[in-house]
Amino acid sequence: MTPDRWIVLIAGLLLVAFIVWFFWLKRAKGVRAAETSGGYQEAMILVKGGYTPDTIIVGRGKPVRLNFRREETASCSDKVVFEHFGKSADLPTGELVAVELMPKEAGEFPFTCPMGMFRGRLIVE
Amino acid sequence: MGKAQSMVNKPAAGPIARATPSPAVGRHVELTVGGMTCAHCPPMIEKALTEIDGVISAHVNLANKRAAVEYDPGRVAAIDLVKAIRAAGYAPGAATIRIPIKSMHCSSCVTRIELALQMTPGVLSARANLGPNAVDVEYDPSTVDFDAMRRAIESAGHKVAEPKAADVKAAVEEDGDPEQIAREEEYRTLMRKFWFATAISIPVMALSYPDLIPGLRDWMPMGSDTRRIVWALLGVLSLPVLLWAGSQFFTGMWDALKHRSANMHTLIAIGITAAFLYSVVAVAYPGLFPDPALAEVFWDVTDVVVALVVLGLALEIKAKGRTSEAIKKLIGLQAKTARVVRDGKEIDLPVEEVVVGDIVVVRPGEKIPVDGEVTEGESAVDESLITGESMPVEKHVGDEVIGSAINKTGSFRFKATKVGKDTALATIIRMVKDAQGSKAPIQRVVDMVSGYFVPTVMILAILAFIAWYLVGPEPRIVYSTIVLVTTLIIACPCALGLATPTSLTVGIGKGAENGILIRSGDALQTSQQLDSIILDKTGTITRGEPALTDVVVARGHNDNEVLRLAASLERGSEHPLGEAIVQGAEDRALSLADTENFAAIPGHGVSGRVDGHEILLGNAKLMRDRAIAIDMLTQDWERLASEGKTPMFVAADGKAAGLVAVADTVKPDSKGAIEMLRRLGIEVVMLTGDNERTAQAIAREVGVERVLAEVLPDDKAHEVQKLQLEGKTVGMVGDGINDAPALAQADVGFAIGTGTDVAIEASDVTLIKGSLTGVVTAIEISRATMRNVRQNLVGAFGYNTLGIPVAMGVLYPFLGLLLSPLIAAAAMAFSSVTVVTNANRLRFFEPRRVAS
Repeated sequence: MTPDRWIVLIAGLLLVAFIVWFFWLKRAKGVRAAETSGGYQEAMILVKGGYTPDTIIVGRGKPVRLNFRREETASCSDKVVFEHFGKSADLPTGELVAVELMPKEAGEFPFTCPMGMFRGRLIVE
Repeated sequence: MGKAQSMVNKPAAGPIARATPSPAVGRHVELTVGGMTCAHCPPMIEKALTEIDGVISAHVNLANKRAAVEYDPGRVAAIDLVKAIRAAGYAPGAATIRIPIKSMHCSSCVTRIELALQMTPGVLSARANLGPNAVDVEYDPSTVDFDAMRRAIESAGHKVAEPKAADVKAAVEEDGDPEQIAREEEYRTLMRKFWFATAISIPVMALSYPDLIPGLRDWMPMGSDTRRIVWALLGVLSLPVLLWAGSQFFTGMWDALKHRSANMHTLIAIGITAAFLYSVVAVAYPGLFPDPALAEVFWDVTDVVVALVVLGLALEIKAKGRTSEAIKKLIGLQAKTARVVRDGKEIDLPVEEVVVGDIVVVRPGEKIPVDGEVTEGESAVDESLITGESMPVEKHVGDEVIGSAINKTGSFRFKATKVGKDTALATIIRMVKDAQGSKAPIQRVVDMVSGYFVPTVMILAILAFIAWYLVGPEPRIVYSTIVLVTTLIIACPCALGLATPTSLTVGIGKGAENGILIRSGDALQTSQQLDSIILDKTGTITRGEPALTDVVVARGHNDNEVLRLAASLERGSEHPLGEAIVQGAEDRALSLADTENFAAIPGHGVSGRVDGHEILLGNAKLMRDRAIAIDMLTQDWERLASEGKTPMFVAADGKAAGLVAVADTVKPDSKGAIEMLRRLGIEVVMLTGDNERTAQAIAREVGVERVLAEVLPDDKAHEVQKLQLEGKTVGMVGDGINDAPALAQADVGFAIGTGTDVAIEASDVTLIKGSLTGVVTAIEISRATMRNVRQNLVGAFGYNTLGIPVAMGVLYPFLGLLLSPLIAAAAMAFSSVTVVTNANRLRFFEPRRVAS
């Protein structure tokens, strides 16, 4: 093999390794929802290319209110779906939309856009 | 817009009325509590409430879902009680209203108004807002009415603003759906980008392949400076295409990368950038290539890919907008204004300001604004837009009217019982939206794939690049680049992602149009694979109320005369069988006489004197006790009884006169619907608590073969389970009240809804129009939708699994076939449009009509 082939092979494989690590192996730490005087555990989530923060930690048995604010117009993210809770909400651009949930059991519950491209997790402890 | 924004739930920040002097006695409040399902719920709520400092006592009733709380308003505010219930995990029921305030300018006014309202019993919270000059009040509709709230506002020194005619008009005309406007705007921007990219693409394409065009070949021969300069200029032309027309790919990629995720934008952005950078190098440093003649440019790839993908996005937006047409139609049904009686005057109000208890006036041709109960007048009302039932329904005093139905003939007044988000229509809209957002089980496969899809494609593209570079034909760098770009561009995660949700949105919307509320994607998917369907007899197959069916007379009597005597006698009775006889006589336009000496003989029948005749109406035992010969009628009695009817003897002046039979009659379209179900290949089973004979009679009439009779109400769920143990997917159709456990046990529970009560908890599917035909339509919709989903998924999966390997060049060693990036771009752009268009085909679904 010529040197340029070696360079392409090694650079390519390194790139593959980077993609695997970047997209699949590294996981974000969660953000704990704040308890408010209204009896809710609240967190604010920004919707822009994904959910920020995308991992929310809440306690079991207390109602959760997630305030979504979508700051983009891409049609994929115009809804957020909490599959395990059977809930979904429309997210009009620029409006604050509250989604209220009642986590009855502990576990990890994903929330996504209808197409599943945006992913977030609700961790119930 | 502004209204919607500030209505969005903010945590209650208003000051709480703690400063009021503590009165000697506690204040009493009753709150509705939702979400109580079990026997141990009330103690938990009671405990949570009594733990609050200032609560004297709390009692929670599971049956009527209300919490009665005795509290000291000096130490605790009603809103704290609500919070405690919420914190315990239940939903305190409260209505909200927005009241406009006249000249509220300072922040101290805000506080005063809030305080005054919060001190009003029944008001849970109040938030005044200077922006819209209005106060949002959360209140318990059973305790407080609009007048009390207005008095509170006036006591704070302010006035409720009279709605100006112009305001009401503005509310009516305010029709801009922000989502729709945003979509239109985006569509226009994308189309502008498309035309721009196309305009650049044409000269770029022509000048990129000068060797193919005779005139150009001579003007800019291979390797000449002219060619290099022209190509450099093309690069300058293509730059705005990349950076402006393709800008959404880069911002989309960047937003996703920040979340460590990748999407379609990532693939396209990398693809067009790779093609562009390669071309820059080829023009700037042709010396780097083994043979300068090979230093070709791919500007056309960048331009054409951007043009095609942008066009695809634009078309997709257009098509996606149509998928939610059904729900838009429902939202459009909501009335904008209401004519309400306040202070004895009829005033027009925006419908948001109607409170529970308001008297609303409706004239012919007008829309009924909210749900309520008729208090005055009568009319025929067209509820077809909600129930799908095309015949107008007669409404009299005491009848329920559904908001958004259209008043046809007369004018009437009604008392509002449900307003705002509680009306039947608002509930339907919310339920349909939730269902459209839910996922069908089939989508879990897609979900699993979609998290890995884009990075996998990127890896495949890199591997293909390496492979072509290592062992591919010369010029290797050109082939490798083409393969990399083509692989990135042909992959279409969108088609996969769109396949299920778009079809579901259209399918569930179609259901709503036909008066069928499918509650989730799960229910939709399960409905298509039902093997058996259990129908509750009473109220489902039959009307659920008795009606007069037969009159048999002894020799010497006449039909109408016997019926008239029986009906006249029963006029005073409140027994449902008696009412059926009276109704039967009225239907035949018989004029009834008065009864003297009416007497009910428990367990036997009734007696009395009509038109001077002694009349007896009752069973055989009554006749025997009074020594009346009934032999000539017993044969008819047997026959009627075997048909599942309830025959009663009529005797006049000590002689048998005839028989009147009453029965729960079959709904007119039940037979047809059952026939259709069987034709769909579904086993139909009838379930009833009635005796075997009645059950068999009805079963014969409607054509059901399998009958489960004499089933106790508690055993219904068990019967469903038994059928499931046979390995069948079982649907259950019932009224949703008595049958709740059976509906919940079934794989799909269909509740036959009535009137404004559409939120039947136990059901997966609610049939707003109380007819079995809805079950057939629901199954047909489910089958059509799931078929559509499968087509989409097969298409999307097939497209990607075929397209990606071909783009990587697996066919090249065998067929010498390599895909052009331009074709890849076209295929990718139109694959997602195809998916959405296929889903839109469902809009043309028409339920088959069952002949009644």
